[in-house]
Amino acid sequence: MTDTTSNPQADTARASELGAVARFLKATEIDTRMLGMIGALLVIWIGLHVISSLRLGVNPLDFDSRTFLTPRNLWNLSVQTSAVAIMACGMVLVIVMRNIDLSVGSAEGLIGMVMGFAQVHFLVRFVGLELGNPWIWVLALVIGLALGLLIGAFQGFVIAYLEVPAFIVTLGGLLVWRGAAWWVTSGQTVAPLNATFQLMGGGPAGSIGATWSWVVGIVACLAVVFGLFNGRVQRKRFRFPLRPIWAEALLGVVTCGAIMGAVWLANSYPWPIGIVNRYAAANNITVPEGGLFIAHGIAIPVLMAVAVGLVMTFITNRTRFGRYVFAIGGNPEAANLAGINTRWITMKVFMIMGVLATIAAAISSARQNSATNVLGTLDELLVIAAAVIGGTSLAGGSGTIIGAMLGALLMQSLQSGMVLLGVDSPLQSIVVGAVLVIAVWLDTVYRKRV
Amino acid sequence: MTDKTAPAATALIDMRNISIAFGGIRAVDDASIDLFPGEVVALLGHNGAGKSTLIKILSGAYKRDSGQIFVNGEEASISNPRDAKKYGIETIYQTLALADNVDAAANLFLGRELMTAWGTLDDVAMEAEARKVMGRLNPRFQRFKEPVIKLSGGQRQSVAIARAILFNARILIMDEPTAALGPQETAQVGELVKQLKSDGIGIFLISHDIHDVFELADRVCVMKNGQVVGTARTTDVTQDEVLGMIILGKCPPGAIPGPGALKIAA
Repeated sequence: MTDTTSNPQADTARASELGAVARFLKATEIDTRMLGMIGALLVIWIGLHVISSLRLGVNPLDFDSRTFLTPRNLWNLSVQTSAVAIMACGMVLVIVMRNIDLSVGSAEGLIGMVMGFAQVHFLVRFVGLELGNPWIWVLALVIGLALGLLIGAFQGFVIAYLEVPAFIVTLGGLLVWRGAAWWVTSGQTVAPLNATFQLMGGGPAGSIGATWSWVVGIVACLAVVFGLFNGRVQRKRFRFPLRPIWAEALLGVVTCGAIMGAVWLANSYPWPIGIVNRYAAANNITVPEGGLFIAHGIAIPVLMAVAVGLVMTFITNRTRFGRYVFAIGGNPEAANLAGINTRWITMKVFMIMGVLATIAAAISSARQNSATNVLGTLDELLVIAAAVIGGTSLAGGSGTIIGAMLGALLMQSLQSGMVLLGVDSPLQSIVVGAVLVIAVWLDTVYRKRV
Repeated sequence: MTDKTAPAATALIDMRNISIAFGGIRAVDDASIDLFPGEVVALLGHNGAGKSTLIKILSGAYKRDSGQIFVNGEEASISNPRDAKKYGIETIYQTLALADNVDAAANLFLGRELMTAWGTLDDVAMEAEARKVMGRLNPRFQRFKEPVIKLSGGQRQSVAIARAILFNARILIMDEPTAALGPQETAQVGELVKQLKSDGIGIFLISHDIHDVFELADRVCVMKNGQVVGTARTTDVTQDEVLGMIILGKCPPGAIPGPGALKIAA
């Protein structure tokens, strides 16, 4: 969405009083908050890069392969962020409606266990499918999605219709689903998972390769250009004020540049030597001098996260349901008096959360190639933190999907950056906790001033 | 009681013997009131007299314990705000009942959004429509993109009123419509009420301002302690007499007494 910020009409008289920066922001209609987040992310990335370079005693501008800003590290970061980013999208809606969901980590654990059990034991032993059957991963995922929907519907029903506070219901869920995850196999780890299912976890096989990555990048850029153009046509149709052409062009160039840059990064990370050699042997390719370069390209879980982000953005901005979620968050009584079925909307939001927990569970378990009953432990806190850092107000009524996803990326950057720097895990927790509080404090200051 | 002296036309709204109790308190006690097309009926009374409660029963916000509601002569079942809207009953609440975090257009169309052929929200069309309606009500209003929490009291009021008239309400309930407004905006609301009246819309007006009431209303209905003291044409009673009804519950000769009228020893 590009037209949610500022008011472009009628105050052209005041435009002359604005400074250069303000005029720029006004013309491009960029959300300053979003700009701040991107700035913070860049500061963290550059900071971690410089520190990791100095620790190794190398020049930061050499981009040594063991430092932070390398294709390998950023690629891994993108995969690690996926699961939390996907759940953060749902958490935005939950929090916007003045609710909370503390159970997502546990639900993720239970659903992961059930999907693992389904593909390794249930579908093979009880249904009688062969181990390599291509339907196994589909059926396992369908079972998981149904369970996620059911968990969400159940919690949503208790919250909306039985009027038990969401905090309590999902606190109960946190304990119940985690306990249930243990019961699925009495705590035994389920592995290895179905080969196709594993693709959702990323890795050399679970990436789409260089060519397709470029295709995805180009399609995305075309979509951006079309979106800008279409927005302009719509505004013209109703004679609303337009952005200056240079602002439209700048937005298009920067967005497309970021997309193509990300694709280039993903395509700069080669498969590990061992895997390349095995692949070459299997396909009768002779490995040239200096090794064969096969790029990862964009990882499948990242594509899934982007798809979820797009769908959720569409739902929040362009559908009646999304509009109602925000209206209820702003004033539940007004929404009810306007004839909105607030209970049903509440229940639906929790159902969406359940489905997203399933997708996250699929990614996390596929990445580990196993389902364990501790899968997703403490994820609820990362997800809530991502949403809140991304500008979702706990008082309800405001928040964006893209903000929450950036929030997830920011949290994950800190965490994996500290792992890279060899920071002890207790100190990691301390830093993450402190950053959360500071980020929300800064946001409070920002909201007061704007 | 029902007003049998009214003209032969069917009443737009006829609420008969409505009662509701919260805990042990009878907030509305056996109240009856009616409204005809193109008529403004003012509901008067002290704070806590039961005006707002009675009207919230009509708008579906509260569910009555007993009594009947007739819309156009047919018995209506109203148990939530959605039901009331089906009968063309729109309400402008004292608290304005706006979603503070979304913009004016979103509030105007809340619950009845315009959709594109693709089934998505048609924000541009809604904004265009909002500009038209607001242009009629408050021509200087320009802040269409801002959340309504940033608007002034009067601007919020115009949004709330625009919201009600946008949907061709047949029955409009205005709960203290001018409480938050300056003199000029109050005059605008007065103009609007007259305009809506001439369109044949029936209006229930809840107000504390007796001057407003005499200027705008055709009839007054006074409530005290949850009961109707009496109903009268504004041409048949004086302002002092109406004050007497509000304060003492004393029903003047020009009014039709209700169950709440002060019983004078014969």
